Amino acid sequence: MSMRIELSSLNVYYGSFLAVEDINMVIEPNSITAFIGPSGCGKSTLIRTLNRMHEVIPGAYVKGNLTMNGEDIYSPSVDPVKVRRQVGMVFQRPNPFPTMTIKENVLSGYRLNNNKMSKSDADALAEKALKGANLWNEVKDRLDRPGSSLSGGQQQRLCIARAIAVEPEVILMDEPTSALDPISTAAIEDLAIELKEKFTVVIVTHNMQQASRISDMTAFFTIADTGLPGKLIEYDRTDNIFSNPKEKQTEDYVSGRFG
Amino acid sequence: MTTASVTQNFQGSRSLPKWLAPTLLAVAILASFSINSALASSNPEATQLNLFAVALVAVITYSIGFYLASRIIEGQRKSADRLVTILVTGAFALAVIPLISLAWTVVERGAARFDMEFFTFSMRNVVGAGGGAYHAIIGTLEITGLATLISVPIGIMTAIYLVEYGRGALARAVTFFVDVMTGIPSIVAGLFAYAAFVLIFGPGVRMGVGGAIALSVLMIPVVIRATEEMLKIVPNELREASYALGVPKWLTVTKVVLPTALAGIATGVMIAIARIIGETAPLLIIAGFTASTNFNPFDERMMTLPVFVYTSYANQGADAQTYIDRAWTGALVLMLIVMILNIIARLVSKYFSPKG
Repeated sequence: MSMRIELSSLNVYYGSFLAVEDINMVIEPNSITAFIGPSGCGKSTLIRTLNRMHEVIPGAYVKGNLTMNGEDIYSPSVDPVKVRRQVGMVFQRPNPFPTMTIKENVLSGYRLNNNKMSKSDADALAEKALKGANLWNEVKDRLDRPGSSLSGGQQQRLCIARAIAVEPEVILMDEPTSALDPISTAAIEDLAIELKEKFTVVIVTHNMQQASRISDMTAFFTIADTGLPGKLIEYDRTDNIFSNPKEKQTEDYVSGRFG
Repeated sequence: MTTASVTQNFQGSRSLPKWLAPTLLAVAILASFSINSALASSNPEATQLNLFAVALVAVITYSIGFYLASRIIEGQRKSADRLVTILVTGAFALAVIPLISLAWTVVERGAARFDMEFFTFSMRNVVGAGGGAYHAIIGTLEITGLATLISVPIGIMTAIYLVEYGRGALARAVTFFVDVMTGIPSIVAGLFAYAAFVLIFGPGVRMGVGGAIALSVLMIPVVIRATEEMLKIVPNELREASYALGVPKWLTVTKVVLPTALAGIATGVMIAIARIIGETAPLLIIAGFTASTNFNPFDERMMTLPVFVYTSYANQGADAQTYIDRAWTGALVLMLIVMILNIIARLVSKYFSPKG
């Protein structure tokens, strides 16, 4: 299961402020797409529009078209809660629920929605999701310990397990490794590559080596100046972006002369 | 150079010798004692030495002496540190001494009637010695319990509205009126409840539940404020994590935000109860006072502990001392109830707070 995401003439607003302007791109299924660009260029804003988390902020809204497998997710008849059940998200800082154990955290997508499941189903699902997040071997003996008792890297993989447990079609990762050490980062990167077998993966990163290591496609965003909207400068296969960019701005950024 | 010469760059000034503080204290006490004795002997009206004056003069003498010694031996920076330490300790002592004195006085004077009879007998047909506050304890527990039942749901739901949903004019108005409610004098809350009940039941009405409503008026803003603060410190990341899993907002609030804040909310509710359980004025108006036990808060007068203390003291009978003894024991019981509630709140916040 995975989805093809199409953005056309997408404008993203915070109140009257236009944060991201006129985005046109196609995100292919079963691939990793990386968003790169300087701080404040709207990458995080854009990724949050893909599961309608953007509109959680008061006054924020979107204009334009965003379809998943051809279905407009911003059509008035669409329930944002249903979109978020199909599009999972991993945040910059690990955020396991502090009142829940490791196992309850993994199952939280079901439990919080009042879905009942038998104990054996729950155990099987927790094991599957934790194995999918490469965390099972580290936590299998302490599933009833609080989620916050894990290290930062383990917590982040716990959050990934939580996101894949509900079997979404798309996984969004907003700078998932920026708060982690190199070893935990490598673990998450390996995991992301495994995840693209089943899901469409979109990742925002400040780390260009990371983008070149794991992504199939890379989108470069930038802003002309503070207060102006972020724009998509170039979107291409990752090796083209890093070795043979078409735009001067992209070349400057990936070679470290800018931003 | 192969071996570096040892410098003295980091050596500090001399510090006070260890024997100085106890010696200074002994000198200060002796000096204060002799000064006070001299004053007492020159004043024919003073029959005995005032120990409080001795202690006060000793502490002041000791503080000044200690500061000056530090200033001379240790220099300006360390003496400033010592001076501030003395001031902070002094402020703490000023705050705690009345508290200890009050607790001690209540325990000492309340102990006389702290017996089984006090907890099992009402004041019905009691003149002079004997009797108890059974009726008042029942009344206080029932009225405070009812007030809590009314205030906690309203308070928590209002706080949830303000933090999670409220935007714009309505939320601002609610916040404003909560602030106003915080400042309502308790007697006004009692008159409000009385006026409301007179409209329904006619003049001269007395009911326990009226007292509960008056106390709710005082309790609701406290619960709202405490809950609001607790909900605000729940990290927004947790709400976003829940939304991103496709959990609707109301389930996010009830199953993620509230459990995370539960320990703090429980503490806030306990503090609110402690705040209202000692209220006298509104209960005097609407719940009235009686010597008999009344279990039904929806009918007739109900005695409460604060009103019991007040009436025992204000309307002393023939054997005045027995009334005063009962008043002190009533105050002691009230203090114990508040203390037990605080211990429960501590336990709740210990067992329910997020672990890890």
